[in-house]
Amino acid sequence: MNDTGYVESRTPAPPAGTHVAEVLPNDFRDAGLLANVRPADWTNPQPARSYNLVVVGAGTAGLVTAAGAAALGAKVALVEKNLLGGDCLNFGCVPSKALLRAARFHTDLRHAPRFAGSAPVPSEPDFAGAMERMRRLRAHISRHDSAKRFQALGVDVFLGNGTFADRRTIEVAGASLRFQKAVIATGSRAAHPPIPGFEAVTYLTNETVFNLTERPRRLLVVGGGPLGCEMAQAFARLGSEVVIAGQDPYFLPGEERDAAEILADALRRDGIEVRLNTEVTGVSQRDGEKHVRLVNDNQETTVVVDEILAAVGRVPNVEGLNLEAAGVEYDHEHGVRVNDYLQTSNRRIYAAGDVALERKYTHMADATARIVIQNALFWGRKKLSSLTIPWCTYTDPEIAHVGLYVHECWERGFPIKTFTVPMSDVDRAVLDGEEGGFVKIHVRDGTDTILGATIVARHAGEMINEISLAMVAGIGLKTVSRVIHSYPTQAEAIRKAGDAYNRTRLSPLLKALSRRWLAWSR
Amino acid sequence: MSEPSPILEDLETLQRDTIGYFLRAANPDNGLISDSSREGAPCSIAATGLGLAAYVVGAERGLLPRREAAARTLTALRFFRNSPQGEEPDATGHRGFYYHFLDMKTGRRVWQCELSMIDSAILIAGALTSGMYFSATTDDELEIRELAAFLYERIDWPWATADGGVVRMGWKSGSGFLSYGWEGYSEALLLYVLGLGSPTHPLPEESYGAWTGSYQWENLYDIEFLFAAPLFTHQLSHVWIDFRGIQDPFMREKGSDYFENSRRATEIQRQYALRNPLRFKGYAENCWGVTAGLGPGFSKQRLEGGIERQFYGYVARGVPFGPDDGTLAPWAVAASLPFAPEAVLVALRHVREVYPESLSRHGLLTSFNPSFDNGDGVGRGWLAPEHHGLDQGPVALMIENHRSGLLWRLMRECPAIVTGLRRAGFRKGWLRSRNL
Repeated sequence: MNDTGYVESRTPAPPAGTHVAEVLPNDFRDAGLLANVRPADWTNPQPARSYNLVVVGAGTAGLVTAAGAAALGAKVALVEKNLLGGDCLNFGCVPSKALLRAARFHTDLRHAPRFAGSAPVPSEPDFAGAMERMRRLRAHISRHDSAKRFQALGVDVFLGNGTFADRRTIEVAGASLRFQKAVIATGSRAAHPPIPGFEAVTYLTNETVFNLTERPRRLLVVGGGPLGCEMAQAFARLGSEVVIAGQDPYFLPGEERDAAEILADALRRDGIEVRLNTEVTGVSQRDGEKHVRLVNDNQETTVVVDEILAAVGRVPNVEGLNLEAAGVEYDHEHGVRVNDYLQTSNRRIYAAGDVALERKYTHMADATARIVIQNALFWGRKKLSSLTIPWCTYTDPEIAHVGLYVHECWERGFPIKTFTVPMSDVDRAVLDGEEGGFVKIHVRDGTDTILGATIVARHAGEMINEISLAMVAGIGLKTVSRVIHSYPTQAEAIRKAGDAYNRTRLSPLLKALSRRWLAWSR
Repeated sequence: MSEPSPILEDLETLQRDTIGYFLRAANPDNGLISDSSREGAPCSIAATGLGLAAYVVGAERGLLPRREAAARTLTALRFFRNSPQGEEPDATGHRGFYYHFLDMKTGRRVWQCELSMIDSAILIAGALTSGMYFSATTDDELEIRELAAFLYERIDWPWATADGGVVRMGWKSGSGFLSYGWEGYSEALLLYVLGLGSPTHPLPEESYGAWTGSYQWENLYDIEFLFAAPLFTHQLSHVWIDFRGIQDPFMREKGSDYFENSRRATEIQRQYALRNPLRFKGYAENCWGVTAGLGPGFSKQRLEGGIERQFYGYVARGVPFGPDDGTLAPWAVAASLPFAPEAVLVALRHVREVYPESLSRHGLLTSFNPSFDNGDGVGRGWLAPEHHGLDQGPVALMIENHRSGLLWRLMRECPAIVTGLRRAGFRKGWLRSRNL
């Protein structure tokens, strides 16, 4: 193991200039992680004469594709140049949600007087302890993504940089892999801020922030999207002084405005200095401190911080694959071009996950991997556009959405009605002290057909799945109201929206007839 | 002679005292009206526009002679006609619009504020009201009509639109337009009607549809309405425009109108206060009114039950999702009088009985907050130390609309309003019989 924590193996190191993220600080828990996702003693297998499927990239999309295809009897090769598990396991969902949970614990502790009277409150959150917990849990979860497990599933795992040699061949670490079909699942990486000065200072991205062992005293988060908001809240709750700067007037551009405003309020209550409509125009480093220039409404200010986290978006990993040799069209902004069947311009080659999709979520990677298995191997005609896709920002409260937004409904000419249930009307939310937020369900006007929904609640990510299920199964609000929900639960908010819909069907005439009947029958 | 109804007497007193704000707050040299009663407050062009309409009501009610009302109006309109327009950062306006806040003496921009489209619309609405009311053939009143038309026709409405047609919120010399436009239903309804009605530089018709495409029709507390969080957004356009019975394409589809919508929005405010989800002091079905305005200031307090409260200064408070820090605005209650007279009168009576300090001889103070601990040991909370012109205007003018419908009557005959409404797609009701 070398000084950077990069595990040397008998597989060749990535070529110079290749983007490679590292896992630090490489204590015994990280050794456990690396043993699963980049084993030092790994030997690439002898390549088969031909593969049904070669998958380039072993993040979520690649792993699900490989495992699914192998389970169906396909001969599969999986190529990974860095760490199996990709961003989700190593630098994304897994570490961030572990950190957020620790952060939430400390916030609940701060609010102890609301529940337990005079419970003792620690003077300072244990940042290092929270990171250690994260690394322990990540290593534990990494068993599912390990090279050995996939080998046991019958997948030929090649560690090295895969490149297309021609329209039907991928080369990796000196081996040639001939394929019937291939899947590009190389994912995405953090975009680097095109801001003067950033090239000369050290700053964090999602690939390095989880390597921290000490809390940064002062942190600037650049970017008001999901990652920026989540990490700003996590670090603030774990004791950092946090400033978050976003270019747009609201957080989570594209999200419901009410949701964005509730989130901004929540971040302020966590002590975060919120700077919206703010551009970062420059940065310099002096005596270990970073001086960052911010401009809002023509007014320039400078903040001095110890660390900067850049969360300004993601770019697809399309470099270094020699896609031209394979006849695969792509661009550096949108990634690999695919049709609705996830097929590229080379009909033998598909793409799944972040490298080809606008919505870069782990569950999208999973869902598109399943489409690709059917379409690539079994003449399937599954479409990307047929998917009902939820997503969630895991701040506190969480903000989850599925289906269409109101403006999208109007753009498509659907008159709609929104049934709104404040969480403060839900007994369990009140009892839990978690009554900030709402459930909003959009139905086509005159029907109970659910077109979309937004939920803001502590457990919005859990709750949105009920609505996704309803939409996929073609269940409308009328039926939702018939489904018995356990009392008291926060998910009852969804049933309340169904009940509100039913009450709109009780017209004045029906009410009058009902009253007359009941009066007569008394 | 029978005794005047106590309710009517209360309203008369409140209206008279509120109009008094504008009489005191004007600079007699240029007609500009100050934003608030705070010492050193700048001019607010919105307060000035509301003040112009208040002069009309004052004259009609005999609170000031017609001649004086006309003279005050002329002073202000002449100032705006002669004021510097251009891209210089200290001009009074640009492209026919005006900066939100102006120096009371010089009339030039202050506070590095934005060129404000909505506040310019309120100013122009006031000017057009004057033009409709002062219809005599005297030199002064003739000049009022000419100046009102000039100021209105000078506005370059299309310049203020973004790609996609929605009107931007503001502009600044140097940095250009603010990066966001009007989104969702709001007081911009007045702005769009005026912009669409311009005979010289009208907004494109599609701009209105682009804006209403961001509307949200919600079922909340079993009430269906066009959502906007702060109460004043449901009131400001109604100061001038009688929306009863007329419908744009959106309201036709929903089987409602904007007046009915404001009635429902008022009821939602009551329901919110009754539910009081954040458990603030004082909230009840007869004590409500959450809207944009002044508050106790940005601070945190830990109050009974261990709850940590965040308070704010001037912020756009709204229901049901906030921001709400326990600040109530009785002026916004009064401004809902035409929509829900019984509920409003009950609430005003409650405020007078329980929070009498919020009512001064100059009308309603802008807001109060019973939940805020001001450290006096008495527990009466926080009280705004001032009156705001933007709050006083709707109180006086909506009382008048409730009592006589004066402003609505005047503006139903105003070509700008009628044209604007028709181009926005409004039909039915009183619009049918207008041949303007």
